[in-house]
Amino acid sequence: MSKLGIVLNGIGKENPALRLVLGTCPTLAVTTLAMNGLGMGLSATFVLICSGMTVSALRKVIPDKVRLPAYITIIATFVTVLMMLVKAYLPSLNNSLGVYLPLIVVNCIILGRAEMFASKNGIVDSALDGLGMGLGFTLTLVLMGSVRELLGSGSIFGINLRLPVEPMIMFITPAGGFLVFGLLMALVVWIEEKNGQRIERKVGCEGCPSAGICNGKECDKG
Amino acid sequence: MIAAKLAAIFFSMILVNNYVLVKFLGICAFLGVSKNLDSAVGMSAAVTAVMAIATAVTWPIQQLLNAADLGYLQTIIFILVIAVLVQLLEMFLKKFVPKLYVSLGIYLPLITTNCAVLGVTILNIEEGYTYLESIVCAVGAGVGFLLAMFLFCYVRQRVEAAHPPKCFEGLPITLVAAAIVALSFSGFGGIIENLFGV
Repeated sequence: MSKLGIVLNGIGKENPALRLVLGTCPTLAVTTLAMNGLGMGLSATFVLICSGMTVSALRKVIPDKVRLPAYITIIATFVTVLMMLVKAYLPSLNNSLGVYLPLIVVNCIILGRAEMFASKNGIVDSALDGLGMGLGFTLTLVLMGSVRELLGSGSIFGINLRLPVEPMIMFITPAGGFLVFGLLMALVVWIEEKNGQRIERKVGCEGCPSAGICNGKECDKG
Repeated sequence: MIAAKLAAIFFSMILVNNYVLVKFLGICAFLGVSKNLDSAVGMSAAVTAVMAIATAVTWPIQQLLNAADLGYLQTIIFILVIAVLVQLLEMFLKKFVPKLYVSLGIYLPLITTNCAVLGVTILNIEEGYTYLESIVCAVGAGVGFLLAMFLFCYVRQRVEAAHPPKCFEGLPITLVAAAIVALSFSGFGGIIENLFGV
């Protein structure tokens, strides 16, 4: 795959939120405002790139048996760095993301890419993969955030559009998050079907890239 | 007074601040394991147990970190403690309670990266809860998780029997159904203040 191909892969073909269905929690939780979606997306991108490069650089040193704890420690380190930076320079973003900032540690996109890509590829490729995945994630979050902010608060990126209709509060409640994500995914599926390339979406263990770590034996067949 | 406060925390975690439907923690498990009732209940029970134990262990650790002025290590320490706890719990169940291991054990490894567990430990610290309040909050969060899984399991069986438009089949219609369940939970807003007067 070419270098550009690796980046584009994360934005389109393997879009983490809409096609691989990873990182659903932050996708639903922080997208009440477009700005929060952007902040969350870029934060995850930072951690993806840094942890991808580190895992890739250490891939021959880390013993196979302890790779999960090792990856988690690497990811948690970069999340801590990120938290310090955000707290110091972007305190308002820190307030609006709240607990979801430290929870980037358990975002399956990051652990999944460490396991599926960075542990098998070189440093440069891993950084590009992290960039692509991060941008794909950011794009989805900003899209979700824009739709919810527009319908729920009548503004976009904090700019009041002074629409003649009353905003529908429901869209900035949790229910609105599920609804907009469901509709957005239906739209993507519709486009896929038009092109005859519908993929099967799996959630939970069977679709989880960490299944490789728990050896697949833990999969829920339900 | 203490009893009222604990009850208020417990019920608000179940109804008003439900982790799955309101705070969006543990969505992967919610969408992935809610297809049949047995696995939904098994997963919820395992999550509840790990949440309670993890809170019981991480709360004192946070006091130590605070005393040593190492508060910034919270994220790293907590996730590693949870990973170790899950492993220990799995080994313990396998050795001493094999019956329980058969029904719960298969869900345990998935729980390390379940954001609800790390979420509850961090949120308890941020809320400034006492030790007892934290544990009640963790158990409440677990019971709320169980309730959401239990309800959604039945909703999902109905949804799968119906025939939505082709592009909604599978995950999209499941998310829309989850939106309706979440909407019904928003009706509980304000109930805790009225019930317990806190």
